[in-house]
Amino acid sequence: MQKNIICVACPMGCGITVELSDSGEILSVTGNTCKRGDAYARTECTNPVRSLATTVRVTGGVHNVVPCKSAGALPKGKIMDCMAVINAVDIQAPVALGDVLIPDILGTGIDIVATNHCPAK
Amino acid sequence: MLNYDIVVIGGGPAGMAAALKAKECGVDSILILERAESLGGILEQCIHTGFGLHYFGEELSGPEYADRFIKLVHEQKIEYKVDTMALEITDTNVVYAINKTDGLLEIQAKAVILAMGCRERPRGALNIAGTRASGVMSAGTAQKYVNIDGYMPGKKVVILGSGDIGLIMARRMTLEGAEVKIVCELMPYSSGLTRNIVQCLDDFGIPLRLSCTVIDIHGEGRVEGVTIADVDENRRPIPGTEQYIECDTLLLSVGLIPENELTRAVGIDLDPVTSGAIVDEYRETSHPGVFACGNVLHVHDLVDYVTLESQTAGEGAANYVLGKKAEAAYIATKGVNGVRYIVPQKVNLNNGNDVKLYFRVGQTYKNAAISVKYNGEEILRRKRPRLAPGEMENVILKKEMLEKFEADGLIEIGVEV
Repeated sequence: MQKNIICVACPMGCGITVELSDSGEILSVTGNTCKRGDAYARTECTNPVRSLATTVRVTGGVHNVVPCKSAGALPKGKIMDCMAVINAVDIQAPVALGDVLIPDILGTGIDIVATNHCPAK
Repeated sequence: MLNYDIVVIGGGPAGMAAALKAKECGVDSILILERAESLGGILEQCIHTGFGLHYFGEELSGPEYADRFIKLVHEQKIEYKVDTMALEITDTNVVYAINKTDGLLEIQAKAVILAMGCRERPRGALNIAGTRASGVMSAGTAQKYVNIDGYMPGKKVVILGSGDIGLIMARRMTLEGAEVKIVCELMPYSSGLTRNIVQCLDDFGIPLRLSCTVIDIHGEGRVEGVTIADVDENRRPIPGTEQYIECDTLLLSVGLIPENELTRAVGIDLDPVTSGAIVDEYRETSHPGVFACGNVLHVHDLVDYVTLESQTAGEGAANYVLGKKAEAAYIATKGVNGVRYIVPQKVNLNNGNDVKLYFRVGQTYKNAAISVKYNGEEILRRKRPRLAPGEMENVILKKEMLEKFEADGLIEIGVEV
């Protein structure tokens, strides 16, 4: 079986072809122009992951929300579940860039961290 | 009257990088003027990741990318004023600006760096028919509502334009619970980065319809729906392809325009294709001592390139202030055969450095080559498996090569298939 993937590891957007055996084993990866592309294509076929960037509500800050991201990639299928967890949280200002806002979200081992400062009002 | 060696207009990624480089090159008297309440520019609302892959070798969010430079501005003790609007620059490099605490500022600069960024094309620039119901806004406006203010501007969304901001907002609105019904693109290709089409649309099953536009907006008070239609090769709607789509929000991501009011008012020569100033390799404009960099010069797709270009402008401004500017012997650059524009538009042969020429193509190409010619003779040829209008390209002219050229020569870059 063949799987065509557009690599998103960088802005190049290489078209990668992955040959899979009937049992889903990866036989070959072609079309990538770097090592990261090879790794991306393999992950995409076995356990697709995405990084998540969103906002968390803040109380008492100069803004109503502070931006945040997953410190690592999350399983693609869990993104909307993670959004529900993040949107249920309310953080007290001040928030500093890099603060862990939600540790180990949904048991993934990945923290949700602030990506900007939000000083208290 | 205040006096500074360099006044930088705009405290986004371009302005900060230019100021920092000028400081590094030995100029201490620098002032950054920023219209918003903080430094960082548009990066502050670009909370998605993907910034800095080229420059820092890691994937940062917009605010994180900005924060690295904001920290350096503080460390280097570069002066800046926020909530400050630059009103005018004069032909003697006096900058007029205004804010609530200082009132009117009159600043004599030796050099000025223009780093005002760009602005989104609004509905009025498209002449879309229909009612003036609320719920029609630029994608960047919606981005600010969601990411800075924490409000959702709508629940059922149609997006016109598949530029990066439109794609990013399709994902962002979906993550926050809105239903993005379709992204319509007038052109037969998307101007957005491939990875954004994959990660922002394909991942969420949002359809992208090419050669399609919005021809009518319906609703009293609030948008109730839009009519879309396919377009022919002349971008005219094809009768019979009209389709009504129910929605409460229409986001426009239909292009960016460099914000050059100050530039135009002082009479600096502009390039009709980029809508930015005509510059040399140090990004000096037709007005001595005035430099331009970042999105005010030409719209970039990656902030990393904005940073690099702005460092070049910062170095040029520092050279100008320190009296190290090389004597002028210019060759011109020109895009031909599918190359829409080249920045810089001219190169001083006496500067003694390699020069990177940035350019953009007008359509997509596969397995093409870039041909660089000097006075009609090919001097460089580079294979390109893929060329797209949304992705800025570059070639380097080595200084050894430049040494062989003569003033008033012409460099042409074209695509060959």
